[in-house]
Amino acid sequence: MRRVLVVEDSVSARAFVRAVLESPEFAAVNGPCEVVEAHSGFDAMRLLPRGPYSLIVTDINMADINGLELVRFIRKSEHHRTTPLLIISTLRAELDVERGLALGADSYLPKPFTPEQLSETCGRLLAQTAEPPPGGV
Amino acid sequence: MVEGGGRGDGGDKARDEFLSEAQELVDGLGRDLLHLDEGLKKGRLDAELINDVFRAVHTLKGLSGLFGATRMAGLSHELEDVLDDLRLGRIELTSAVLDLLFQAVSLYGRILASESGETPDPAAEVEQLLVALGQFSQRRAGGGVGVVSQYDLDPGLLGVLTEYEEHRLRTNIAQGQGLYRIRVRFSLSTIDSALDDLKAKARPHGEIITYLPTGSGADIDTIELEILMASRASVELLRSSITGPDVGIDEVRRRAAPSGIPDTPTPVPPDPPAHESFAPPTRVGGSISPLARETGSVRTPGQLPPAPRRTPSVAPSLAQSRQGPSGPMAQELSLRSVSQTVRVDIRKLDRLMTVVGELAIVKTAIANLTERVRNRATDARELAIELARLNRTFDRHLAQMQSGILEVRMVPLGQAFDKLARVVRQISREHGKDVNLVVTGAETEIDKLIVEELSDPLMHMIRNAIDHGIEPRDDRLVVGKPPIGTIALNAFQKGNHVVIEVEDDGRGMDPEALLDAAVRRGVVTREEAKELRPHEVLALVFMPGFTTKEVATDLSGRGVGLDVAKTNIGKLGGIVDITSDVGIGTKMTITLPITLAIINVLLVEIGPRLFAVPLASVEEAIALDESQVRTVESREVLTVRGASLPICRLARLFGIPARPGERRRAFVVIAQVGNRRLGFVVDELVGQQDIVIKPLGKSLKNVRGFAGATELGDQRVALVIDVASLIEEVLLPAETRFLASAAEAGRS
Repeated sequence: MRRVLVVEDSVSARAFVRAVLESPEFAAVNGPCEVVEAHSGFDAMRLLPRGPYSLIVTDINMADINGLELVRFIRKSEHHRTTPLLIISTLRAELDVERGLALGADSYLPKPFTPEQLSETCGRLLAQTAEPPPGGV
Repeated sequence: MVEGGGRGDGGDKARDEFLSEAQELVDGLGRDLLHLDEGLKKGRLDAELINDVFRAVHTLKGLSGLFGATRMAGLSHELEDVLDDLRLGRIELTSAVLDLLFQAVSLYGRILASESGETPDPAAEVEQLLVALGQFSQRRAGGGVGVVSQYDLDPGLLGVLTEYEEHRLRTNIAQGQGLYRIRVRFSLSTIDSALDDLKAKARPHGEIITYLPTGSGADIDTIELEILMASRASVELLRSSITGPDVGIDEVRRRAAPSGIPDTPTPVPPDPPAHESFAPPTRVGGSISPLARETGSVRTPGQLPPAPRRTPSVAPSLAQSRQGPSGPMAQELSLRSVSQTVRVDIRKLDRLMTVVGELAIVKTAIANLTERVRNRATDARELAIELARLNRTFDRHLAQMQSGILEVRMVPLGQAFDKLARVVRQISREHGKDVNLVVTGAETEIDKLIVEELSDPLMHMIRNAIDHGIEPRDDRLVVGKPPIGTIALNAFQKGNHVVIEVEDDGRGMDPEALLDAAVRRGVVTREEAKELRPHEVLALVFMPGFTTKEVATDLSGRGVGLDVAKTNIGKLGGIVDITSDVGIGTKMTITLPITLAIINVLLVEIGPRLFAVPLASVEEAIALDESQVRTVESREVLTVRGASLPICRLARLFGIPARPGERRRAFVVIAQVGNRRLGFVVDELVGQQDIVIKPLGKSLKNVRGFAGATELGDQRVALVIDVASLIEEVLLPAETRFLASAAEAGRS
């Protein structure tokens, strides 16, 4: 079971990503996934040290710790230096997205996206990583 | 309609989440705009609030895109552009801009209603608003670090600022604020409260630009943050105000000033060595927009078209768009939200869980008892005692469970009041009247269902107060009133009811003028008019088709509104009273039950039938002494404790024949709703019981006088008496009642 951390301050956007990544269709192609939700940057920092993730999906525009700061933190951390990292943000914030990619995010998906686009991008990023060691945490 | 959004059940759930989250965001947006409006009137501009509004719209845009709500996505897109320009200081916040934003909030409400299939899509209005918004949008300009690079900041830090944070940093520097680096270590388990604490301490001294996790020295349970803050205060002052076990504050030094950064000339004189001596070129009193000023000073003219004063060029489109949502269509506007969700304090749920635990214990006891009976290990008497004890315990916990669930359904009335504040702003601006809304008791709780149904009736009453009640400024000055009118919205709990008052300090209602108008419009004849008592005259404003205005306005006076408001409040089991003093003002008082879900009733018998009277409206029940009954103005009256009480024989009213045989002593159930009392004569008092009201169904829904039916535990069914409508039916003069029902028949 692969674990995906989704950092988003909108509850329905998190529900959307969960619905796609935990769907049987996605599992059929990429293997079963478990989505772990973080509702803020701080929440993510609480969760990050507690186990490996196969993929981290983060929004940029969040209160307190923004997604860019989170990307930098993740890339500096021991655990997640190489974890695939996907930014989801609106097209408008192109400067922010540029900075995110410069800080080490692997890919960027502009909102709004379709379930298919999200599946495709996440599948591609997950393919870069091996299955996590059994036992998880 | 929504198409996208996940798959299967997960997708449906996500879509529900979307609708309720969007509704919450829109509600919050309305509140923030009101605060911005207040600030604007006082000449203050809260950058943080503008950013909150931006973020809300940004989130709405993202969500509506994900869930295929294209109308909402389109509106959010344009709105986001305008808000981004506002927060980045490219345009100035004016009343005209706020008008558009308020319009957007009400359109969001209608779009949400159409998303859930309740109403048509407000396509034309959205298009009009988009045109108006388009006029405000500015072309984007590339960012640049500029003045910021003069500070001794970690280049890594600059790389993680969002465009907005960078803008705030530049604005603060341009205003001559100093920069400080606050290093702080938090335990991850307490970070939320610790951070709030730190924010509260920092807020009076300046603005926090960003929070950067350093990633160094942090073990798994703690986190070290570097917080960048702009402030005018000295480092000593900050050190003494922002205190904590692991807090360190340093000033960010300014480097020797470079004599010119090619693309961003600085607004700050090139040589001051420390922030205290910065000439504050932008500390100009009066203007509310440091953001707008910043635009002109930081960017080179060649890089960006000069920020034009937008207001004049936008005026025509504003006028145009005003005709849209707030013009003729305004009558159809509804304030009801589509959200079916209730936010619940976790402690309420914890209490419910405790009760469930207690019920589980009862269940175990019953199981044990069953086992003992099966093994014949207990005798009947012992069994009966224990069963009775269990039954009592069970009853108690069930009652707790019931009241716990009711509590969960309760929401503060403030939810409806927030929306009304927007209505007051909109209507008073359209009418050129200055009106202040004063709200008390917004925390009063009432069933979620009632709050939703209450928004529209309250809106009609407030429209009426602004249109007919509050005088124009000059008229008010002539009679020595303060130039700004006041509408007070007061809510409080009174026993099992919630009372809401809508009170204005306007011109009041003149009974003579009301009668005149009523006769002219044929609502009553001149002869009937003479018979009406003072409070009945005022109640004429609730009659269908009634208006005193010769020319109907956009707002009210079309003869619709107050009668609908009264009907809808009646459907909630409530009643409206009206008092008015000429020259002083008018007060409408709504009395409502706290909940509709489960009610405590008094069961009574009339002939062979059972009826339920909601106890909330029952004052007391007394034995009827026939010898005390007098007839006054062809109505039977009793004197109870010195006050006269009209009575109504329900057997006669409902046409139920008396039971043959013995003639028993009857009872009077004294009911009161608002300030009206009536005694219902019944044959027998059966007892009290908690019941769940079931609606009567489609074919019987027009029957007046009954709130519904209920199934009693012993398979019997009782009709639930709608005390408010029955009191009205009985106490209203016969002629107006006839007219009211005739008008109703004509409408349907």
